[in-house]
Amino acid sequence: MALLSFEKKYRVRGGTLIGGDLFDFWVGPFYVGFFGVTTIFFTVLGTALIIWDGSMGPTWNPWILNIEPPPLKYGLGFAPLEEGGIWQLVTICATGAFTSWALRQAEIARKLGMGYHISIAYGTAVFAYVTLVIFRPLLLGAWGHGFPYGVFPHLDWVSNVGYQYLHFHYNPAHMIAVSFFFTTTFALALHGGLILSTVNPMAGEPVRCAEHEDNFFRDFIGYSIGAVGIHRLGLFLALSAGVWSAICIIISGPLWTRGWPEWWVWWLELPIWS
Amino acid sequence: MMREYQNIFTQIQVKGPSDTVPIEEGIYPRFDKKMVIHLLGRIGSAQIGQVYLGWFGITSGLCFLIAFEIIGLNMWASVNWDPIEFVRQLPWLALEPPPPSNGLKFPPMNAGGWWLMAGFFLTASLILWWFRTYRRARALGMGTDVAWAFLAAIWLYLVLGFFRPIAMGTWGEAVPFGLFPHLDWTAAFSLRYGNLFYNPFHALSIVFLYGSTLLFAMHGATVLALGHLGGEREIGQITDPGTAAERSALFWRWCMGFNATFESIHRWAWWFAVLCSVTGGIGILLTGTVVDNWYLWAVKHGFAIEYPTVYPVLPDPSLTEVTQ
Repeated sequence: MALLSFEKKYRVRGGTLIGGDLFDFWVGPFYVGFFGVTTIFFTVLGTALIIWDGSMGPTWNPWILNIEPPPLKYGLGFAPLEEGGIWQLVTICATGAFTSWALRQAEIARKLGMGYHISIAYGTAVFAYVTLVIFRPLLLGAWGHGFPYGVFPHLDWVSNVGYQYLHFHYNPAHMIAVSFFFTTTFALALHGGLILSTVNPMAGEPVRCAEHEDNFFRDFIGYSIGAVGIHRLGLFLALSAGVWSAICIIISGPLWTRGWPEWWVWWLELPIWS
Repeated sequence: MMREYQNIFTQIQVKGPSDTVPIEEGIYPRFDKKMVIHLLGRIGSAQIGQVYLGWFGITSGLCFLIAFEIIGLNMWASVNWDPIEFVRQLPWLALEPPPPSNGLKFPPMNAGGWWLMAGFFLTASLILWWFRTYRRARALGMGTDVAWAFLAAIWLYLVLGFFRPIAMGTWGEAVPFGLFPHLDWTAAFSLRYGNLFYNPFHALSIVFLYGSTLLFAMHGATVLALGHLGGEREIGQITDPGTAAERSALFWRWCMGFNATFESIHRWAWWFAVLCSVTGGIGILLTGTVVDNWYLWAVKHGFAIEYPTVYPVLPDPSLTEVTQ
């Protein structure tokens, strides 16, 4: 993998978070570093465990291959390997790999003299994952409450857990999370479209500038949030989607066990109506 | 590492001369009033206004207002014009489409007629707004990428309320207006057609929805992390790459072995967002028209497992109705 024309001047030693210059080198385009080594360790081990579990199951079909968490009867204890123990080990490996990746991003950012925004953003996604497979099972008292690792099997889990609360769309935190997902995608379309339309103007016209970005949005809706602002807004919307997703599932069970439509009764019974 | 320039909020706000770009104005001129709000400037631009008041904008706004009023007044009528009950029950209130037996006829006003009217005016509003999106870009000599992305959203909207009901032969298939009622419609729709999670286009749509969120987090964070090097000056970084462009490229190259450029990341962004509603629309349009039960379809195509029969088999009520 060839270096980019300007890459050499950035490939300097130092700026690591841990391990001094022991792993301070590159393989192809990849930076290694201490956390690169831990990422590889957890990823290889976790993938091998998934393959092992698959070898004990009835199918290699990648759509329905399923690494299931242990039955509820094992509570928060270790389960036998073939009865969800592998799921427990895979969860440890996944958490280790994701955390290593976030720290690796922090290390690369430090080496390049950048802010730590990317690793904090990625950390939010890891937080949502850990909420699903560690925090919520801990609060509910059994690892069996985690979701299974499989493409369509994990959708079955979402479906089944949703209907346990009768109608999950009525979960107020779920409403907020979905709104953030839609709004983020909407804002991304607007931002992507705006930049592309600025650098790819009408035929024969010169490339437009930031003034045109602002003027388009002001003419269009009366406000342009500006070049820094849109990236703050986008990051905020995206991270809010992740945080509210974590909230909507952590309150389902530990805080509320009945149907979510029923939760809204408090609104109908407010004293202001009488 | 000390950094003077922080990116949580803007500390120093510069007030310069107006950066208004002149355009050719029509009968309805630009509303050129500007207002500066300091708190807005902490996050983004402090300036509100100007705004262009064109024919398309005004008619679109008017159509939206009519649709909004039809929906609101119908909801209010449904609680016998009681203002307190209207607010109390608002999240549950609906303007429903006509019953399935109505077919594609124009229904009586109080049995879906108002729903059809509201849908007409909302659709008109969206299409007029599309023309505004297109024309505002052209007036500034810019590309029309925003308009075409907006069309992808209109496509999904029209599939739900127009194309699919026509394909199914009744307006009764369409989505009701209302906060909780449209969620009920979504759940009932998924149950009726054998769990939408087994619809591959629904799966793709969600991939692009989550993918868009992931991309915006990655892109937003990358640009903000380069704030001290002018990373947000994207047009400059595209046409004349500086150290911000170089570092952003190297960050992702070192991290995951691949990088976009300052221009191409916006192409990824545009396509992910657009494909979310394009694939979503395809998935809805196929449901009930081409595929009646996505779970059975998935079993047939080998990506869902067949469950053992544990309950007695009951006749499908939707099949017995036909013989009546």
